[in-house]
Amino acid sequence: MTKVHLEHVPDLIEKAGEIRKHLCRCARYAGNVHIGGPLSATDVTVALYYKYLGFDPDNTEDPNRNMFVLSKGHNGVLLYCIFCDMGMHEWDDLLHNYNKIGYRFGAHPNRKYVRGIEVSTGSLGHGLSWSVGFSHANRNEGIASRIYCLLGDGELEEGSNWEAIMYAASHSLDNIVAVVDNNQCSASFMAGENIKWNTMADCWRAFGWDVHEIDGTNMYEIDRTLAALPPVDLASPGKPICIIANTTKGQGVSYMTDRPYAWHIGGLDDEKLAETEVLIDRYTQEQKARS
Amino acid sequence: MGGFTFNITDIAAMMNAKDLVTKKMVQLVKENPKVCYINSDGTGKSGPLREMYDQYPNRVLDVGIAEMNLVTVAAGLAKKGYIPFGQTFGPFLCVRALDQIHNDLAYNDLPVRLIGTHGGLSSGYGPTHNTIVEFGVMNAIPNMTMIAPSDAAQCVKMLEASLTWPGPIYIRIPRGEEPEVYNADYDYVIGKAIEVREGSDVTLIATGTGVYNSLRAALTLQVEGLSVGVIDMHTIKPIDKDAIVRAAKKTGTLVTVEDHNILGGLGSIVADVLMEAGVPARLKKIGIPDEFISFGYPEEIYPHYGFDGTGIAKTVREFCR
Repeated sequence: MTKVHLEHVPDLIEKAGEIRKHLCRCARYAGNVHIGGPLSATDVTVALYYKYLGFDPDNTEDPNRNMFVLSKGHNGVLLYCIFCDMGMHEWDDLLHNYNKIGYRFGAHPNRKYVRGIEVSTGSLGHGLSWSVGFSHANRNEGIASRIYCLLGDGELEEGSNWEAIMYAASHSLDNIVAVVDNNQCSASFMAGENIKWNTMADCWRAFGWDVHEIDGTNMYEIDRTLAALPPVDLASPGKPICIIANTTKGQGVSYMTDRPYAWHIGGLDDEKLAETEVLIDRYTQEQKARS
Repeated sequence: MGGFTFNITDIAAMMNAKDLVTKKMVQLVKENPKVCYINSDGTGKSGPLREMYDQYPNRVLDVGIAEMNLVTVAAGLAKKGYIPFGQTFGPFLCVRALDQIHNDLAYNDLPVRLIGTHGGLSSGYGPTHNTIVEFGVMNAIPNMTMIAPSDAAQCVKMLEASLTWPGPIYIRIPRGEEPEVYNADYDYVIGKAIEVREGSDVTLIATGTGVYNSLRAALTLQVEGLSVGVIDMHTIKPIDKDAIVRAAKKTGTLVTVEDHNILGGLGSIVADVLMEAGVPARLKKIGIPDEFISFGYPEEIYPHYGFDGTGIAKTVREFCR
């Protein structure tokens, strides 16, 4: 395996398009998978894994590594696709043995079965507390790396998040970067339809975090935001960082973004997959034209 | 009798278990750079825990009144190679933060040691502050180890023994004002029950505060001519099946004693072992009835529910009649 690093934004956009197509192949071959959330989180996750984490497929346990905590555990399939793309696991295994007895790729990720997964998640609202533990461990050892934690906007309804949010700011754990995939849709409700999240950024700020609200579908903006994060300074720590990435569930597939609530979990047949791959290619080319 | 024996103005005193547990924690943190200690607003304004908190800002933490955060932060530290001890009131640890215990400690299989204080009815604060479900709950979680020391000195031995135990452990301690069971040193091994007293007519299999009260009952019954053995079943999971089967074969009559709901606890686990082993024995369970108990201090509640030495002796006497 070689370390995969993509420096330039058009390459990251191209990679995001490939990963989106892989996700849809999972929806075809593995059957019903979480699809809307993984598609909306694809851009920021690709930017992290292929550029900012410095992720090394051959050395996933390096104590000095940047860490990625998948708090929205139902996005496991997104990480599986990235890991397969990097050569860490077999595509056939993912496409044909997903969520099957005795195989590694579960509907929610298990760290013991899938190399590269930091923590086994699935129950929502745990990732930020994991990050706090990692943060203290790194500080204790003088490791100035980052912990990126991917959350969903619906997930933030879980109260346990706010215990960790309060704590991390209180103790200046600025090596934590919370990334909210703000895809505007939970399993049952559109944003604001039930629980009101019109002031999400204000809430994080009020709890003492440094908040960046960005277009989470624009790879140029994602890249600029991640590149501009201040280095971790163990000597004089600042605020923990929250990036609210505004997206739409099903991002990149127009018939899904038109009805995001219908595509929390979904499956595709051959015909639909072919149609979807064309849509993703078109979407990917449109993204490259942005700035 | 009755009333609190600690001062609420220094909350750390409530966690002390006769000072021994705190002293041991301080020693472990100082001597072993991998040991962490996390509390939940129990650090206290002064005293050894506070001093430790000030001295080790990344290894000794207080997450505030946030038990869910406590458990998962501990898991994070364990994943990075540390040995975290997380301590707070049992009910808020094992009931409120059960999702975190189930997923982040047990499913992720990380060596966090939780210390749940005020086990059973020992708090005196009423049902919200009692913990009557740990044995049943922890027994049903894969990868979990559940231990309950019979006195503070044994808890210290457990803390030492826990350092090399591979998976997560839930340690259930009572209020910390309980009498000592052992007056001589002994070997302590997680998962290996201790025969505290030999007897030929009936064996009491007790855990936690039940051990001391069972010994009191045994002395009373000895005078009446009944030979009563007592086993300290300090490890609820993995249960020492051999000790149970041996006792059943020896006396044929077993009485379990636990400060826990009568349903799903030590008594039920012992019954499971007997049934699976196919060993016939008479079994009586002593524990908290399946109800939310009356208000009252433990000194009054235990006798009320027949959980003191006199009450246990009465139940055993009638059962063996």
